[in-house]
Amino acid sequence: MDAIDLARWQFGIVTVYHFLFVPITIGLSALVAGLHTAWYRTGNTKYRRMTQYWGKLFLINFAIGVVTGIVQEFQFGMNWSDYSKFVGDIFGAPLAIEGLLAFFLESTFLGLWIFGWDKLPKKVHLASIWLVAIGTQLSAYFILAANSWMQWPLGYTYNQASGRAELHDFGAVLTNKVALVTFPHTIAASFLTGGAFMLGIALWHLLRRPGKHTDLFRPAVKLGAITTLVAAAAVMITGDIQAKIMTETQPMKMAAAEALYETSAPAPFSILTIGSLDGSKEIWSLKVPHGLSFLATGTTTGQVEGINDLQQAYEQRFGPGTYTPNVPLTYWSFRFMILSGVLAAAIALLALWRLRRPRPRATKWLIRAALAVPLLPLVGNSFGWIFTEMGRQPWIVFGLMQTRDGVSPSVGAGSVLTSLIVLTLLYGVLAVVEVFLLLRFAREVPAEADSSDPEAAEPAFLY
Amino acid sequence: MALTDIWFLLIAVLWTGYLVLEGFDFGVGMLLPIVGRDAIDRKVTLRTIGPVWDGNEVWLLVAGGATFAAFPFWYATLFSGFYLALLIILVALILRGIALEYRGKIDDATWHRRWDLVIVGGSAVPALLWGVALANIVRGVPMGADHEFAGSFFTLLNPYALLGGLTTLLLFALHGAVFLALKTHGDVHDRALKVVPPLGIASVVAAAGFLGWTQTLDGSWITWALAVAAALCLIGGLIASRLGREGWAFLGTAATIALASATLFTTLYPNVLPSTTDPAFSLTTLNAASTPYTLKIMTWVAVIFTPLVVLYQGYTYWVFRARLGRTDFPTPVQKVAS
Repeated sequence: MDAIDLARWQFGIVTVYHFLFVPITIGLSALVAGLHTAWYRTGNTKYRRMTQYWGKLFLINFAIGVVTGIVQEFQFGMNWSDYSKFVGDIFGAPLAIEGLLAFFLESTFLGLWIFGWDKLPKKVHLASIWLVAIGTQLSAYFILAANSWMQWPLGYTYNQASGRAELHDFGAVLTNKVALVTFPHTIAASFLTGGAFMLGIALWHLLRRPGKHTDLFRPAVKLGAITTLVAAAAVMITGDIQAKIMTETQPMKMAAAEALYETSAPAPFSILTIGSLDGSKEIWSLKVPHGLSFLATGTTTGQVEGINDLQQAYEQRFGPGTYTPNVPLTYWSFRFMILSGVLAAAIALLALWRLRRPRPRATKWLIRAALAVPLLPLVGNSFGWIFTEMGRQPWIVFGLMQTRDGVSPSVGAGSVLTSLIVLTLLYGVLAVVEVFLLLRFAREVPAEADSSDPEAAEPAFLY
Repeated sequence: MALTDIWFLLIAVLWTGYLVLEGFDFGVGMLLPIVGRDAIDRKVTLRTIGPVWDGNEVWLLVAGGATFAAFPFWYATLFSGFYLALLIILVALILRGIALEYRGKIDDATWHRRWDLVIVGGSAVPALLWGVALANIVRGVPMGADHEFAGSFFTLLNPYALLGGLTTLLLFALHGAVFLALKTHGDVHDRALKVVPPLGIASVVAAAGFLGWTQTLDGSWITWALAVAAALCLIGGLIASRLGREGWAFLGTAATIALASATLFTTLYPNVLPSTTDPAFSLTTLNAASTPYTLKIMTWVAVIFTPLVVLYQGYTYWVFRARLGRTDFPTPVQKVAS
């Protein structure tokens, strides 16, 4: 492997890893803020205990999101310096604004929320957790605006003399149609993740420890399940709009997602394909007639361009070369993304149905579902990003710069390999520690309701 | 003042904010085993930075992001050139952050001891390496016309840069001790005060040597004035500490770090990364910058939001202004397992 492959593996590993924690943070911070609000409004200690229980799990998760975020900020310069030079005029701005507007807000007010439990006026304390939640969403918006520019660059001019893309309309970058649909899609997926996280853990408690602390975990199952279901609907709607915009902006990604080689009208939606995906031998496949036409164009008979035609068109436009992404990877990651979201929503529905009884029956399958449901959205989120980024290949900035041209010329393969190994090992250790802590605290029972001493509930929050 | 100058200034301000704020976080982390002799003392020690360290670290992220946005060529060359050094810093920062957050999650002596080691190492390594990195930026690196770093990891370990690393290591340790003296009472306070004089003397010697050496690179009367002011603030801070004026002592070490940082950035200007191969190949505020349009937008954003950030971070320090001591951490009553 040469430096470019290693740099790509590294970007993939650290970014997918970072994004395991980010959606939990976005989703759970808002849910915890909601519980805190319920406590503030009603004064019911049940809500205080819930706030603290879920808050603690949120913090364990948040810590890894924060520290792995540092690598995200630095690695463009480290591994992708030619990319950084080429796009810095445009790409750097949302990144810097993300830090100034969002990171400061999140980390400062999270410190206030954690340690301000008995020091802040109640209103200010409540406002802190909301500001954290808002900060996470602002952060998502700016980083997605930056990413969307890589998918659909606009608001720039290419400067022949300096050899770089130069910004001339920042408003266009912030209102990129790709960003405007990717943002709600990502936020909805994050709520799905946070909801499923809450649903799974609360359901496990309810089933494995029947009759104990039902007052805390029953509402949590409901809140988690409803959040999951509503978010899943929002993910689907935004995903549908996204597919249409993708067909417009990056038709090759859509064609690769479907392994559609020949331009077709109407085009079927392929659910499963057995055989190779190189367009030569398809052994068996399950298709929904007109499905892809509807997904991509909104009409049942719309024409969808196939990989072969697009490859030809791109060769004419950009010169000889391969403009087709890795089709099997794109095809399957698209399906795994959808499948995990649908499964999580199905489990949420099942849980709500079972919750009609005061004591839901603890069947083996329901317990397994409770254990699986927090993991499903993580799988979905990861494949969603793998699809988005791999489907754009060979481009790092669509139509402007190829990935192989973005890598750092002065960094040797040995250095990249070193950092790849070091970071992967470090992240592996962090994952073990995090899961150990999460499981330990998830099993624990929230602090006693009758404890009049706020300190009694506090220590686990602090250092 | 040209936009590129404003952004050079802003990035210098962001770095200075980072060094002043995270400087005492690093110091507190390094001094943990010295000032915290038992479990409760260590809790007191870490609690002084608990609510603020994460917010302090964001100054680094914004400095990095701002460099990317305002001087993409600086960001690209610097971060790819200092690759392995940056990797070590990143690993240390990741481990320290996790240690600070996870240490208190489980009440177990072995668990605490292991994370304490990580906190000490994770604080000392960046405290040393940021000095090495900054010194190398000011001194310059081998770089051709393509603005690509042409040295190796060991190029960065030259005597001047190592002295810079030693200076930040000592200064941050001192800054942390003075901060602990201001923020605690009781045993931690007394032990922190005890390490101030030896650290102070060592810092004065190292800083004088380093800032003096810096003058030989590209000195002017301004850099001399800044360096002398830094030295005076350091000595003033030490005297204030001796007199028991802990607020003034902290202000003194904070000003020392800020003025030392100002000395470095003033020496650097108008370069952002000089080339030791040929001055003609240096990266400057002009040839490394983004377009005026981008800089203008970024200026508006910075002008509106930076004061806001300073305001609410200041509020945090005000909320947690009380001195901490052992009485804030009653020995926990053993809970009966439910």
